[in-house]
Amino acid sequence: MSSNAATLDHNVAPGEPPHIHHMDSQTAYGAAKLGMWLFLATEVLLFAVLFCSFAIMRYYHLEEFHEGSHHLNVWWGGLNTIILLCSSYWAAVAVTKAQQGDNPGVVRNFGYSFVCGAGFLVIKSIEYTGKYHHGMFPFGATENFYEFKNFLGLYYCMTGLHALHVIIGMVVMFIYGIKPALRNRYSAKYYTPVELSALYWHLVDLIWIYLFPLLYLVG
Amino acid sequence: MAHSHEDAHHGEQGHVVPVSTFFKVLVALLILTVATVAVAQVDLGKWNIVGALVVASIKATLVVLVFMHGKYENRILWTYIVIPFVLLAIMIGGVFTDDPFRDRLKPVQVEQKK
Amino acid sequence: MSAHTHAAHANEEVNYLNWKTGLWSWLSSTDHKRICFLYLFAIMIFFVAGGIAALLMRLELSTAGPTIPGIVKDPHTYNVLFTMHGVFMIFLFVVPGIPATLGNFLIPLMIGAKDVAFPRLNLFSFYLYVLGAACGAVAMLNPVDTGWTFYAPYSTTTDTSVSLMVFAAFILGFSSILTGLNFIVTIHQLRAPGMTWMRLPVFIWASYATAVIQTVATPVVGMTLLLVIAERMFGAGIFDPSKGGDPVLMEHLFWFYSHPVVYIMVLPAFGVVGEIIPVFSRKPLFGYKMVVLSSMAIAAVGFIVWAHHMFVAGISDFSAKFFSIVTFLVAVPTAIKVFNWVSTMYKGSISFKTPMLYAMAFVFLFMVAGTTGIYLAMLGVDVYYHDTYFVVAHFHYTIQGGAVIGLIAALHFWFPKMSGKMYNERVARIAFAMLFLGFNLTFIPQFILGMDGMPRRYYDYPPQYQTLHTLSTVGAFLNGFGYIFSLLNLLGTALFGKVKAPRNPYNSKSLEWQTASPPIHENFETTPIVNEEPYNYGTHAHA
Repeated sequence: MSSNAATLDHNVAPGEPPHIHHMDSQTAYGAAKLGMWLFLATEVLLFAVLFCSFAIMRYYHLEEFHEGSHHLNVWWGGLNTIILLCSSYWAAVAVTKAQQGDNPGVVRNFGYSFVCGAGFLVIKSIEYTGKYHHGMFPFGATENFYEFKNFLGLYYCMTGLHALHVIIGMVVMFIYGIKPALRNRYSAKYYTPVELSALYWHLVDLIWIYLFPLLYLVG
Repeated sequence: MAHSHEDAHHGEQGHVVPVSTFFKVLVALLILTVATVAVAQVDLGKWNIVGALVVASIKATLVVLVFMHGKYENRILWTYIVIPFVLLAIMIGGVFTDDPFRDRLKPVQVEQKK
Repeated sequence: MSAHTHAAHANEEVNYLNWKTGLWSWLSSTDHKRICFLYLFAIMIFFVAGGIAALLMRLELSTAGPTIPGIVKDPHTYNVLFTMHGVFMIFLFVVPGIPATLGNFLIPLMIGAKDVAFPRLNLFSFYLYVLGAACGAVAMLNPVDTGWTFYAPYSTTTDTSVSLMVFAAFILGFSSILTGLNFIVTIHQLRAPGMTWMRLPVFIWASYATAVIQTVATPVVGMTLLLVIAERMFGAGIFDPSKGGDPVLMEHLFWFYSHPVVYIMVLPAFGVVGEIIPVFSRKPLFGYKMVVLSSMAIAAVGFIVWAHHMFVAGISDFSAKFFSIVTFLVAVPTAIKVFNWVSTMYKGSISFKTPMLYAMAFVFLFMVAGTTGIYLAMLGVDVYYHDTYFVVAHFHYTIQGGAVIGLIAALHFWFPKMSGKMYNERVARIAFAMLFLGFNLTFIPQFILGMDGMPRRYYDYPPQYQTLHTLSTVGAFLNGFGYIFSLLNLLGTALFGKVKAPRNPYNSKSLEWQTASPPIHENFETTPIVNEEPYNYGTHAHA
């Protein structure tokens, strides 16, 4: 019996679904999609804890949160939002290209998304290092105590965890999207990893859609 | 293997969405983003957060329905898309039956040491 | 239900146990049946470890004043023991419990599939469990004494290995999430032709509800524990009042998962009992639809009751009243199940084989558990009972009298299928008697102790509580011996037993009994086709 990963099945013809011993390819596609959506649900619930903490801390410290939010740069945040929205668009297009058997199209569009992800991370590091130089780092240093410490703590937790997911999403797009597409792996009959990678990336975008207004705009 | 009613695709893998549709949605999302930032410059008091969340939710809905092919999925998948948001609402709701209704002192700010 | 298997050319000598041998073939196997055993072996280690911790605690508590010099020499050691007991039993034994073992083994068989949806993910889940267990073991070098609940601010400020311990719990949580995810997809996608949702055995429905809770609730505690680590390592401050945080928020987030987790623990046991009782009453399960609906209802309502663990933590009156009322609600679906099980037995042809003894014990013990839970749901009563032995007895009746008894019942019931052998019925019954007597002797005195005001998590007490404590300790050891005998009976038979098991020793109708005992690697010789309702006992010629 063999159950091959999409990237490891060298003995399967390009465009053909991998052989899985206990499911036909139609069932396998449905299973994979349901599995990924369930996983996305768990990711949403992971962030839900942070959003809930944000809600209650903001309730207690409204002024502090407003103050903290003013120390975030709306332009960087806004630019990051635009970057992620565009990257999400390209990821969606990549799926359509895969469905049409256009492997170079998959490489191109996931490539744009990947670059967007990198751009996002660059801007994030600019923001983080800027904060660090102003001593706005609640971690450890007690002499740098700011009134809006709670806001900052949540800001770092939420954007930090989100940035980690951006990195994961980029890795997934590369390994399960770009690399196999370079070998013409995908076709109208089989593009499951492309769809799953894109779904994960969209989640990364979704979380930021909520993070941006809450942290940068409303405070 | 079993194809239950909800997830039969009748031979095709899934619905193909044209690139132009995605592009139209992207434009809508970008406009909504600009709108959010613009509206945030106006102080609506406690409606600020409501407005921000409403716009964010519209954007999120567009992403889920179109980019993530949510529109074309079956009821099972929709249930699992909705469940986390319901649970988030329950979580926040439950915590908010508690904190705002305590008749004790709210947590006190420590004086700034600088 | 009947399976149309063609004249089985299956060589009954070749099965999933012997078709590939060697340690590596077991450790690298993606076969759900072998993964069941990997988990079974691992969780039993922690059952024993957690049990030893409990017996040490009970030894210390058997007399007022210090009892075990050299071992439990101070309150700190006692606190470490009850933390270990809780962490090992909950995260490393009962939560994986039935789902990771029997669930893994049975779900594909009962729905007529060859394996779970994602077999390699299944094996990965097991190794996540191992990693989590290893982290927990390393954390024992600077043992944690916060209790398994890790409440802030003690957990965020004390200098034992809390971060490593909660990180271990985080990894274990991921193992649980991925197993749940796997089972949900399996049940949706891999049912055999004709196996519609309303023909599924109730064990599958119970496993499905459990899997949903596992998948959606566990991330919440995962993140909460990460926040505890953030607070410890980075001074984040969300749970620290001096930084404007709220320690009760940690409790809200913690219990948001930890209440549904009790349903993860007990729902599969409900499923097991729902399988055993019809077989040994030779009657269809009474009210199948209501049993199914109540399983899903328990999962749903279980998400809105969490703050009943926090009535005296400082939550608002409004919150307490709300959560008290919904806690009463969650008892209703469980009561429905009890009615259905008892009605199944009514006018049935009952056979008192060991699995049935455990199943009946479950019904009785869970009734005690449930009714004492109602006491605790009452606000005025809980103010008095909270953090006393009354609560301890209540949750041991639910978890041990419920989930663990369910696991032992399941191991006995499906033992012939899993091992291909029949255990000694007499030894099993004697062990059951010891277990049942010992369990009740341990915890009935604890209800009384709680009503008399004995607080929990205390390493000592005034002399007037002495008698009940001593009785409880005697019971605990009898209970322990009961487990040892029943499990050794099964282990010994599995390794050295001679009596071969037939395909279907109990004449059960469900799919897993229509294939060989033990099954071949691919589960079925040919894909089964389902064409009748479940539990059609007494309605067919070959009932």
